[in-house]
Amino acid sequence: MKVTIERAQLLKSLGHVHRVVERRNTIPILANVLIRAERSKLSLKATDLDLEVTDSITAEVSPGGSTTVPAHMIYEIVRKLPDGAQVVLEASSDRAVLTVRAGRSRFTLQTLPESDFPDLNAGELTHSFKLAAADLKRLIEKTQFAISTEETRYYLNGIYLHTATAGKKPTLRAVATDGHRLAQFELALPSGADGMPGIIVPRKTVAEVQRLIEDTDVDIAIDLSPSKIRFTIGDVVLTSKLIDGTFPDYARVIPLGNDKQLIVDKKEFEAAVDRVSTVSSERGRAVKLSLSGGKVTLSVTNPDSGSATEEIEAEYKAEPLDIGFNSRYLLDIASQIEGETAVLKLADPGSPTLIQDKDAKGALYVLMPMRV
Amino acid sequence: MTPGPCRDCLADVPDGKARCQACGSPRIVRHSDLDDLAIAHVDCDAFYATIEKRDNPAIADKPVIVGGGRRGVVTTACYIARTFGIKSAMPMFEARRLCPAAVIVPPAMAKYAAVGRQVRAAMLELTPMVEPVSIDEAFMDLAGTRRLHGMSPAKALARFAAGVERTLGITISIGLSCNKFLAKIASDLDKPRGFAVLGQREAAAFLASKPVSLIYGVGRVGQTRLAADGFRLIGDLQKADETSLMRRYGAEGRRLFRLARGIDSRPVAPERETKSVSAETTFERDIAILRPLERHLWELCEKVSARLKAKELAGSTITLKLKTADFRLRTRARTLTDPTQLAAKIFAAGRDLLAREVDGTKFRLLGIGVSMIVEGRDADPADLVDARTARSAAAERAVDRLRQRFGRAAVIKGLALEEDEEA
Repeated sequence: MKVTIERAQLLKSLGHVHRVVERRNTIPILANVLIRAERSKLSLKATDLDLEVTDSITAEVSPGGSTTVPAHMIYEIVRKLPDGAQVVLEASSDRAVLTVRAGRSRFTLQTLPESDFPDLNAGELTHSFKLAAADLKRLIEKTQFAISTEETRYYLNGIYLHTATAGKKPTLRAVATDGHRLAQFELALPSGADGMPGIIVPRKTVAEVQRLIEDTDVDIAIDLSPSKIRFTIGDVVLTSKLIDGTFPDYARVIPLGNDKQLIVDKKEFEAAVDRVSTVSSERGRAVKLSLSGGKVTLSVTNPDSGSATEEIEAEYKAEPLDIGFNSRYLLDIASQIEGETAVLKLADPGSPTLIQDKDAKGALYVLMPMRV
Repeated sequence: MTPGPCRDCLADVPDGKARCQACGSPRIVRHSDLDDLAIAHVDCDAFYATIEKRDNPAIADKPVIVGGGRRGVVTTACYIARTFGIKSAMPMFEARRLCPAAVIVPPAMAKYAAVGRQVRAAMLELTPMVEPVSIDEAFMDLAGTRRLHGMSPAKALARFAAGVERTLGITISIGLSCNKFLAKIASDLDKPRGFAVLGQREAAAFLASKPVSLIYGVGRVGQTRLAADGFRLIGDLQKADETSLMRRYGAEGRRLFRLARGIDSRPVAPERETKSVSAETTFERDIAILRPLERHLWELCEKVSARLKAKELAGSTITLKLKTADFRLRTRARTLTDPTQLAAKIFAAGRDLLAREVDGTKFRLLGIGVSMIVEGRDADPADLVDARTARSAAAERAVDRLRQRFGRAAVIKGLALEEDEEA
């Protein structure tokens, strides 16, 4: 195998795939990237057995062939090569090593046989649809922060993607929750998604997709089955297993009936929460909201260091109420609000609060209060 | 020889006299820095065996082994039994082979614990600065007690040892020094019924000829590693400079450098801040199957949970500990989003970790611990998707109340565990 390719192109392509490779691997082949060259095309593939990314680019190939080399190492080598360099990848005749040459630099990397490289068999993908890159970006951005990291409830370690209805219109809805907060975002159901199974897309996959679509504005093709999902972004294809579990019945915790409405200026509110929470020593301490009349008083008390209060104007007509929230969670949600005002719908200090964003259609958040 | 107090009658014995002029005892505490030393390590001699002998004078002059029961190992051997080569943790059959005449007594932990508490109470009369190490061992800091007792720490300790012997009928050994490390070493020098003094000045010379394993925290593995680097004796460590030890062993290197010279600045800490709460059990027979392991795990979780609740604490990191039949240790940890004190939650995480380890390997020990400790009021907040958290917390507390009134056996959870609703 011999491939000649421009350094920037190879670097970009390696950049797409190498992040999938875990830094620490007990199975040696999983540390490698598969390089395959045929008919003026170079394709790269990396996997962690749950997630697989492939990319292909045009290159000068003669002769074709394939091998695998340590992914992070070849990425670092190519990254450090001078801009504009022509890179030559050449496998030895016994395929034991791959040489990487550019200018006067020469590297020899040990290889592992291609036949050992695992293939994430996607099986039959039953549903296919397309999403605009901007829509997929928003869908991820609005929900990703609420994904749980706790493994005991593994079925919360992803975004639950499923069909729903808003008004009478069918939607594609994404929900994520860690038990303390819940984020929901939906958009009009794309054609082809009708009848798709509800799936849980793992956190790592979500993060990889988010990176891959960062600088793109093409439509993204999504193919899925109850156990796998595939995102096709131009020449890059990401295939992932889905979380095998049942997402909880989240609809029953969305308190649509909460009748105490608080409307605050988003920027003012966010800044005030941020300011008063400075005195809390640990992350995610409670901030108390005291609502009465036309104002809300935010306060934080830290027995070790002191206390802080701040009063901001608000629209609130219900009877006075004291309620506590985790300041970090409150900030996370506040920073998601796109409009000028945030609408909080409350019931009592022990029940979930609904937070809405008038300017972000399809987005809603639920936050569990904290004891204060 | 310097002057010092008599351990039997507390009279001051002047320089040059081998015996106390008042009572004729040869047991004199002497050390040139005696008046400056205030940190003591107190260790009861063959604690369990001594108590058994006290309670049954017929076996007082026989070799006595406390042990048997569960693992069939020696828990404590009295000093007569030790002359036959019997040691703690030795398999019972081997102990019997070494000394067929030995009297074997099954352990009565409740009794030993009661005596342990009496000893501790006596210590607390000397100083509030008592740091228990185990049931029969503690550090004491007697600095600043001279005016209170009207005597030096050495004298007060001698009086304390005599008092314990007289009132509780057991003997103790005392090590007096300027820090915990040296005090602990000293208490071992003159056992049983001993009183040894080790000052900072002679510490380095004393330690030089001792093996590195005398340093606490240097076990079998550490010893091998140090030996490979040429450090067999503490004296070898004394020759190395601090920088090179730190370069080689990191923070541990600094510790070794200091301890090799007898320098130890750890304070005697009476109420150690709880950093973790844990429980473990060694099985009668090694277990390789998940189901019985789960049952043991549940019991341990209940124990840990009860301790957390009693101390009004909670923690968010759950650590599972397993020891394989060939004594390899496996620990696996998981951090929860919220601190918990509920047995059910500790168990859920512990079971998950346990299930991954069950692969046919036989285990001899199982333990579960909770760390990242916070105050109990922050435990187990309400959860959006798991409505059961609040309910199961309430249920557990109800069970706790029942047990307080009717004893532990009043309520036992069937390990026909309900399956997760969501899973």
